[in-house]
Amino acid sequence: MTEIILRPKGSIDIMVEAEVINPDIFAGKTTSEIEEMIVWQGAKQLALSEFFDVEGSAGSAAADTKIIVQGDVPRVKHIGHGMNAGEIVVEGSAGMHVGSEMTGGSILVKGDAGSWAGMEMKGGTLHIIGNAGDHVGCAYRGSWRGMNGGKIIIDGNARSQLGGGMSGGEIHVGGSVENFAGIRMNNGLIVVKGDAIRGVGAQMSGGIFVVSGKIKQLSPGFEYAGTEKNPKAGETVLSGEFMKFTGDYAISKSPKGILYASKDANEEV
Amino acid sequence: MMPGTMVIRNGYVFDPLNEIDGEIKDIFIKDGKIVDDLKGSSLRDAKVIDAKGKTVMPGGVDSHSHVAGAKVNGGRMMCPEDRYKWVTKKTDITHSGSGNTVPSVYVQGYDYAKMGYTTVFEAAIPPMEARHTHEEIRNTPILDMGGYLVLGNNWFIMRYLKEGNIEKAAAYTAWMMRTHKAYGIKCVNPAGVENWGWGQNVSSLDEPNIHFGITPREVIHGLAEVNEMLGMPMSLHLHANNLGHPGCWETTRDSLEVTRDVKVKCKMDVEWQKTKIDPQRKQSVYMAHAQFNSFGGTSWGDFESGAKGIIDYVNKTDHVVIDNGAVPFGPATVMTGDGPAIHHLYKLTGNKWSNKDIELECGSGILSFNYLKANPVHSVEWAIGLELLLLVNDPWKTIMTTDHPNGGPFTKYPQVITWLMSKKARDATFAQCHKWAQDRSSLGGTDREMTLNDIAILTRANPAKTVGIAHRKGHLGAGADGDVTIYDFDPATFDANDYTKIIRGFQNAAYTIKDGGVVAQDGQILSVPQGRTFFSEAHMDDGIEKEMLKDVKQWFKYYTLGFANYPVPDKYIRNPSPVQVNKPLEAIVVR
Repeated sequence: MTEIILRPKGSIDIMVEAEVINPDIFAGKTTSEIEEMIVWQGAKQLALSEFFDVEGSAGSAAADTKIIVQGDVPRVKHIGHGMNAGEIVVEGSAGMHVGSEMTGGSILVKGDAGSWAGMEMKGGTLHIIGNAGDHVGCAYRGSWRGMNGGKIIIDGNARSQLGGGMSGGEIHVGGSVENFAGIRMNNGLIVVKGDAIRGVGAQMSGGIFVVSGKIKQLSPGFEYAGTEKNPKAGETVLSGEFMKFTGDYAISKSPKGILYASKDANEEV
Repeated sequence: MMPGTMVIRNGYVFDPLNEIDGEIKDIFIKDGKIVDDLKGSSLRDAKVIDAKGKTVMPGGVDSHSHVAGAKVNGGRMMCPEDRYKWVTKKTDITHSGSGNTVPSVYVQGYDYAKMGYTTVFEAAIPPMEARHTHEEIRNTPILDMGGYLVLGNNWFIMRYLKEGNIEKAAAYTAWMMRTHKAYGIKCVNPAGVENWGWGQNVSSLDEPNIHFGITPREVIHGLAEVNEMLGMPMSLHLHANNLGHPGCWETTRDSLEVTRDVKVKCKMDVEWQKTKIDPQRKQSVYMAHAQFNSFGGTSWGDFESGAKGIIDYVNKTDHVVIDNGAVPFGPATVMTGDGPAIHHLYKLTGNKWSNKDIELECGSGILSFNYLKANPVHSVEWAIGLELLLLVNDPWKTIMTTDHPNGGPFTKYPQVITWLMSKKARDATFAQCHKWAQDRSSLGGTDREMTLNDIAILTRANPAKTVGIAHRKGHLGAGADGDVTIYDFDPATFDANDYTKIIRGFQNAAYTIKDGGVVAQDGQILSVPQGRTFFSEAHMDDGIEKEMLKDVKQWFKYYTLGFANYPVPDKYIRNPSPVQVNKPLEAIVVR
């Protein structure tokens, strides 16, 4: 694996659209070719070297290329957007759309990630050690087809609409989520270790959603289907006692969605 | 060089209305019109295009597409996902745009022109939305356009027809055509959309609707009579009842039978060219998107193609033309004046949808849709769309459409044409789609491969003839508009088995020529002239019109807008090209 280092030159005011930061695009390019790659900032097209010092070299193929962003880039968008192979490490926080539509390879964000992380993702792994914004793994505006493959791991919290329209793959959240996680999901697995506010699995027609913490307000279209000890959600074995619900009956007459909620944390449901 | 003057040399010409089937000849255009010959300085100054080894046809005419107006724009607003992944950059002469199934108006104009089309008709204008429709027509580059006014659930029409007052219904229709600058009559789910205001529909041709007590049969027959009393350019464009329900083909066949006794009479004040085949329409009903109305079976479980019943009927009669409304698979946006049909589709799919009531006039609905090869019903719909064209013997009874964007976007026409021309292409799709397409339709049993001449009939000559515009469109005889398409096919070496080449050839015409100027070449837009707007200046007896207007003004209290604001002002009309219909003098004779 060949490493190429992008070192941020300073803070950025208007957000930068940097979908070129992608092993598929870097592969086979020289350092100076990478420096000259074009990114948009507002209405301006600028060279990548305006924002980053570039060091090291890219591999001949994407799979041999590891991109290390050495610092905080919360205002750099689309890092690894659509990547097929290789590796990206962001040592600080990443901006919006990190790993959107990625189909393979892996991205590690050591800080936080902005909204739309892993949007409509199809494969690969996206690991966010900090917190994530809204719409993680979600369908983009207007579309009802979200993530359908790959794996997203968030050690911290995520905000609203996580996994919206999800039809495959897995999302694991170590912390809590806010509103409407798993909205309209029809397949795949979402596991939230912490709490959820409301709208969990709203309009879901398939897939499995697990909340190990407390659901502040359960969606009204779910039916209680008994209590299970250490249930298995896909490949994942959950520890403890869970209440099982099916739904969401608000839209479909025969939904196949399953919602597990920790029995201890949700006694009043 | 003289603009609008041109010689197209040595192409294989396909001009069905003049019975020219692949003959090598030159086409001459002078001042934007086709002429027999060019001489002297005109010939010297003419632009010369070498079409040797290429196919030359009249400019394409689409007689049924949804490209302008409120529901089209509703489809655009409802589906941002249909836009951000489909972006067209501007060039020095073209506007930027976006959209796949419902492109923005600019992109629509360019994309049609690239495929070789020069004339497109918007198939449903709700009268109250006519202004919006003309605003979009005005901003669509290149294309000559017109639109059909939705009248099948109009309160005045239903009232007059129920009273048996055909003259007043005709006077109202004539006035509405002039008021809204519309070209022909559209009839959508007659009598049924009115019931939808009460959450109901009609299910048979003889079921009277609420309040008006009029049946679909009475509306269809009445509007067809009105159409011929006025002598409109086109016949009634009919979207039959029960659309999209298994078994609906029987209602469709019976609906077509309704106008069989109506005598066709065009009373247009235009100069007809002498073409070998009579350019005037013969049909008293033009059936819209027959595919959606040719469902067989009794439920989704025993669903099958019902096309045979329609095909047999069309084959044995002479008063019907159909367009097919093909389903080429992939994303679509379903939009229609048939509100209950959209609700039905929503109940089936759960997809996002909208509905709108157009006050005293009609209704509408929009739904986002995706036709999948793996879906058994969609696969049968694909087969029905092709059966309807391949199994009707006389190509002059059929027109190729996708009912854009209902079956799929018009940009899929090249794919549909290819299925019609190549059995191998159909077999390749059979292998990919659900086996119901093979098992529950008769498409697999036909070996017919359409010729370039058949395609010229289905995509230009017959649409032009059917909607009564063949005095200037759809042929290459002297006097016709200088709209010519050159495709990069050499008929001498044309191979129906090489179907990817057929698709490519129809996607980007080698040249699209409009009024004697090149507008597109090999997929590039070269010029963006402003198109014309066709509409019918229809007339009825003044006395009857006065009485009719009294009724209209009295009921206008039920409208949310004032009577003075109802007509579409002239300034909305881009290059107005009125067709005089039933001139006042003749109209008086009716009485």
